Amino acid sequence: MRDVICGVSLVLDSGRLVVTGRNGSGKSTLLRIIAGLVTPTAGEVVFTEDGAELSIDARRDALGLVAPDLTLYDELSAIENLRFFCRVRGLRKSDNELKSLLAGLGLRDREDDPIGSYSSGMRQRAKYAFALAHNPEVLLLDEPTANLDQSGIDAVDRVITEHRGIVIIATNEADELRYGDSVLELGA
Amino acid sequence: MPTTLDQASTKTRKPRSVPGPMEMISRSLAVFRKDLTCEFRTRYAINAILLFAVTTLFAVSFSIGGVGLSPSVQASLLWLIIYFSALSGLSRSFVREEESHTASALRLSAAPGAVFGGKLIFNIVLLFMLELVIIPLFVGMMNLQVNGWPLFLAIMVSGSAGLAVASTVVAAVVSRANAKGALFAVLSFPILLPLLIVAISGTKAALSGAGFASGADDLKLLISYTGIMFVVSLILFRFVWED
Repeated sequence: MRDVICGVSLVLDSGRLVVTGRNGSGKSTLLRIIAGLVTPTAGEVVFTEDGAELSIDARRDALGLVAPDLTLYDELSAIENLRFFCRVRGLRKSDNELKSLLAGLGLRDREDDPIGSYSSGMRQRAKYAFALAHNPEVLLLDEPTANLDQSGIDAVDRVITEHRGIVIIATNEADELRYGDSVLELGA
Repeated sequence: MPTTLDQASTKTRKPRSVPGPMEMISRSLAVFRKDLTCEFRTRYAINAILLFAVTTLFAVSFSIGGVGLSPSVQASLLWLIIYFSALSGLSRSFVREEESHTASALRLSAAPGAVFGGKLIFNIVLLFMLELVIIPLFVGMMNLQVNGWPLFLAIMVSGSAGLAVASTVVAAVVSRANAKGALFAVLSFPILLPLLIVAISGTKAALSGAGFASGADDLKLLISYTGIMFVVSLILFRFVWED
């Protein structure tokens, strides 16, 4: 076993952070640790609101993640996926709200098709719908523009610039450094 | 494209509150409905379970079905078919989440209790559907004489519920392992052996027509097993699911 991420200490209350670094430097792992999908061997991630630490359940509602290894249900359509994920969060969202979100990501015409029939770019757009549907305070974007065409990249630009909380982006693309107010380089 | 992506997702904001029991049941049912929809669109677990059960039943029936079997042998055969059929399909609910990489999305969205509840309901329904097919076939092909239907049905229901509870939590444990199938069988066997022994004993009492009272102890044991297993699983599941 080797140490992947050492000595990272961050306090974020708003804004956009780009995490960059060579392959294997731990960018994706850092995002997965923040999301609570990986338990670090040492150290901790603390979410606070009004000075109080958020519980694990509240933290789940505060996060939205887009990542290459995160997949939605192929057997369900985009709208069915969003309905399901809202229901298990206890959210009562109307179909119109969800359709509006999908339309904003360019999936209006394919919202009733199973995700399994989507191209990789459309799957990436659907992941954004999943990450945004519950209006999270923290957006974690791993390779945010992977597989997207120009209109998809434009939509991602809007998501990132319009988001009013914290956005953490892990990327190797030099072009995507523009998203960040600050840059953290791992393995430097 | 509209320029109000963020606005589209902000119309309803969920208050941060701990979900109560009814809300958890509602979320569990959402997981169950999702699993049921996915299952009916792929029929992976249903096909695996039914194929195994029907094949085994036909093989047993053609080899020894015509011979007058004692209630203890018939009860053993019935539960062995149900047990091995369950092993072939009940782990799918969790294994499918890991293999199709949907587990991360589920972990990020649903409370562990809702996931466990939903998967458990799905496995119970799957097992009951299997029994709706297998028991009539077994009665017809193996000349099964049930002399105490109330006890027989009570044993089948409580035994199946126990089988589903134990299988669900073991499936969650093995879902991230490499040799899932082998590990599921190995881990399930010692956990399910007491249940199988009691279920076979209770079914034998129902077949021989000894009366409801004669199987009451077995029924109590099965209900206790299911209850204890459910509570322990619910407590342990968060650690299994999140770590």
